Amino acid sequence: MKPNFETIIGLEVHAELETRSKMFCGCPVVDSTEAKPNIAVCPVCAGMPGSLPVVNQQAVEYALKVALALECQINNTSIFARKNYFYPDLPKGYQISQYESPLAHHGHLKIRTQSGEKNIRIRRVHMEEDTGKLTHIPPNNGKPGYSLIDLNRAGVPLLEIVSEPDIRSAEEARSYAVTLRTLLRYLGVNSGDMQKGVIRIEPNVSIRPIGSSEFYTRTEIKNLNSFRALERAVAYEIQRQQNLFRQGKTIVQQTMGWDESHQKTFPQRTKEEEEDYRYFPEPDIPPLVIEDEWIERIRAALPELPAAKYKRFIKTYRLSSDDADLLISAQSISNYFESTVSTCPDIPPRTVANWITGELFGLINQRNITFEDIKILPRELSALLSLLHHGEINTNTAKAVLTEMFETGNDPKTIVSKSGLNQISNIAQIAKIIHDVIAANPKELETYLNGKETVSQWFFGQVMRGTGGKANPKIVKAELNRQLLELKRKQ
Amino acid sequence: MTQITELTFQEIINSLQSGEISSHQLTKAYLKRIEKLEEDIHAFITITEEQALTQADKADKRFAVWRKDKTQPISPLLGVPLAVKDVLTVHNIRCTAGSKILGNFVSPYNATVVDQLLDAGMVILGKTNTDEFAMGSSTENSAYGVTHNPWDLSRVPGGSSGGSAAAVVANMAPIALGTDTGGSIRQPASFCGVTGLKPTYGRVSRFGLIAYGSSLDSAGAIARAAADIALLFPMMSGFDPKDSTSVNIPIERINLQDNIMPAQLRLGIPKEYFTSGIQPEVEIAIRKAINVLESLGIEIKEVNLPHTKYALPVYYLIAPAEASANLARYDGIRYGSRVDSTEMWDIFRKTRGTLFGAEVKRRIMLGTYALSAGYYDEYYGKAQKVRTLIKEDFDNVFKTVDLIAAPVSPTTAFKIGAHRDDPLAMYLEDIFTLPANLAGIPGITFPVGFDSHCLPIGIQLMGAPFQEEKLIRTAHAYQMVTDWHTRKPIPN
Ligand SMILES: [Zn+2]
Repeated sequence: MKPNFETIIGLEVHAELETRSKMFCGCPVVDSTEAKPNIAVCPVCAGMPGSLPVVNQQAVEYALKVALALECQINNTSIFARKNYFYPDLPKGYQISQYESPLAHHGHLKIRTQSGEKNIRIRRVHMEEDTGKLTHIPPNNGKPGYSLIDLNRAGVPLLEIVSEPDIRSAEEARSYAVTLRTLLRYLGVNSGDMQKGVIRIEPNVSIRPIGSSEFYTRTEIKNLNSFRALERAVAYEIQRQQNLFRQGKTIVQQTMGWDESHQKTFPQRTKEEEEDYRYFPEPDIPPLVIEDEWIERIRAALPELPAAKYKRFIKTYRLSSDDADLLISAQSISNYFESTVSTCPDIPPRTVANWITGELFGLINQRNITFEDIKILPRELSALLSLLHHGEINTNTAKAVLTEMFETGNDPKTIVSKSGLNQISNIAQIAKIIHDVIAANPKELETYLNGKETVSQWFFGQVMRGTGGKANPKIVKAELNRQLLELKRKQ
Repeated sequence: MTQITELTFQEIINSLQSGEISSHQLTKAYLKRIEKLEEDIHAFITITEEQALTQADKADKRFAVWRKDKTQPISPLLGVPLAVKDVLTVHNIRCTAGSKILGNFVSPYNATVVDQLLDAGMVILGKTNTDEFAMGSSTENSAYGVTHNPWDLSRVPGGSSGGSAAAVVANMAPIALGTDTGGSIRQPASFCGVTGLKPTYGRVSRFGLIAYGSSLDSAGAIARAAADIALLFPMMSGFDPKDSTSVNIPIERINLQDNIMPAQLRLGIPKEYFTSGIQPEVEIAIRKAINVLESLGIEIKEVNLPHTKYALPVYYLIAPAEASANLARYDGIRYGSRVDSTEMWDIFRKTRGTLFGAEVKRRIMLGTYALSAGYYDEYYGKAQKVRTLIKEDFDNVFKTVDLIAAPVSPTTAFKIGAHRDDPLAMYLEDIFTLPANLAGIPGITFPVGFDSHCLPIGIQLMGAPFQEEKLIRTAHAYQMVTDWHTRKPIPN
């Protein structure tokens, strides 16, 4: 069936900025999923009477990095504002955010889609502070329930990045989110760990009949903690809205939650229940003035960004699009790849890429560790690939050695020589072994000489088994053929 | 023999340095005086006797060391007692802001001004009474009882720094800290016949000042004479990295000896401040004071501040709007008092509904309304625009004059309860003091006479930003040739 609807999606992304201290006080930014509750709290982030916020310059710098990487226009003067609402995890009863004059606006992010590259416009990028965390303890055995508040996260710098409604499918929404996360990781401002909530993605979704140019009622989806959940929730929401539309029912403007276990969205609150945040300029913080000179200094210090690196990897190293994509997904990986390539110039970069994205990633996934945790240095990987390339070990041995390197951190040459894994490439030695094997099996030789040439395969297997798989198979094959043909000729 | 609490500020400093009296003796004398008068006047919410004596003993030790080796200079304020308005936090001391909602709040830190003055060796006698969250002009809005005006106990001391003003004039403290958001230092100083300075916005740190209207709040001083403020003010001003709105224009010291009157001063008289609503005796006393200033060599000029009439409505949009957000943190969750319930929203509702007083709730509602969607542009937005016009009025006038003279409030101290059912009449008390807060400029008030009820009348001088020294020196010059500031209501 021909699709008669077009999907309109905009994404609101909240990313914590992993600065040393919080947005408006000197408390350290700690991992709020691991740290003891309320160890990083002071009168400012606890909203004590008389305390005042002071803007963290490092947070502004991080935010500027992101805004510049998104090719935004920076406001030379931006204004902090109070967003007023009551909730126990919001110590001051308002969140310091930006409203009328955000840090930056009018940027864009290029994403890759099935039909090629696509430009998604960025509406605005602004700074704000995170809230604390509530833990609800349900009633138990007649004891009433209660809630616990952890303010470690309260006041952690948060960047809000709002896209224009340029996204047209669940896949594009995922691609945008993944691309943005990679960018944030490149800039060193956010670990990108969605499970830990350091990056939070909230899509708003609406549909319209194809050909229409107006915007229809949209819904917003919250509580998505993986890219998969994002893609599925958006797809579900599109389907739900299409069904409603076809049935002639109204789509209500509301905030939806994502039910992971039932794989469906559900309404959280409607527009009417949404609060009036009564934004007004924060009187405790003077307008934030950002001089052009500062902007240029940050722009000049930006690292090579993922999009540029992706193109360069394909062009310079002749990598496949998939390999390039995997290698640029984090700076640590792309740096690893490039150091390995540079230490073994005679090995094709494609081979290096395959070993990293295949074997190494496989081991990392099996052990459930991160790329940063691996013990193998790039020059050690390159030494291993060198042994393989020069025929001193075969592919299977190389894989086994890599596993041991991964576990122990030992260098490949030590592992190979210690366990006698060196490949036998010495032709004289191999010729002697082949000679002995043929001599020890006269019956099979006779079958061969009688015309059943497939027996040569059997001899090959015997030789390999006899050397414990260490003989260079290419040389064995060639030498075996030579000796067998010789015997046939002599016949 | 003169009682210790009757010593002037300079006499206190001299006696301490000469060793004639110890800080311990001085502090004891003030504590005794407080004990004696507190029942009638009720200037304090909390008296910090124990800490005060510890600080005094510490000061005495410093003096002992200094007397043996005078090469190391000591702070002129070492060992001098101080009263602190209960909206400025003192470490380990309860800070209520005059509200039940902070009835059990013990501050874990010092306000920066408190830090500065403790570093200077001052001794804190206690925390003075205030209208709840500094919202009021009479100190009647305190949850801890009304402060009585020492000149007439049936009358208010003014507000919201009424406790500090009453304490100073009744010799319960030699000097006190107050805060001024719309006149809260100047008006009570005037009602009690003492000298009060509201500094330029940003000149004194607001860190630890429990916020009412963040863009208007200023911490300042209430004293027996301008000369006393000249000693205190440099010690409490300066840039504070903890307050982003504080300004880095330090003031080393204010020299009163050089010449009595700053040379070639021009004083503007804005006709908008001399309207028909002023009590005639007040206007007469102020005109006389202006004549005295003229006789001291000040040039008098008439000036115009055409947007003055909008100051009251502008203030009552901006201050409550900021207050509505500033007071949102008092939810009973993390500190302060809580009215408990099993349901979250019920805790918020009951805590705030029960523990805030009527005036605070009124201003929260006013402010919430002014910021609401659909009303913002019409109220808060427009108020900000008019605020700019009021500021520009002052900028223009300060191109032609150095100072502006005006009444402090239309009347002298009124009877307790007089405005109880009329909030608007209470708001009008601040009509002449609000503009300085809206413009962020400094103002000083000092006594210039008495009315027929024997109640003090004050005058207000305003200056351009950072011209506190001119204000203090002019007030001092006036006080050198008059004795209104030496009059005392209650004999020892
Ligand atoms: Zn903090």
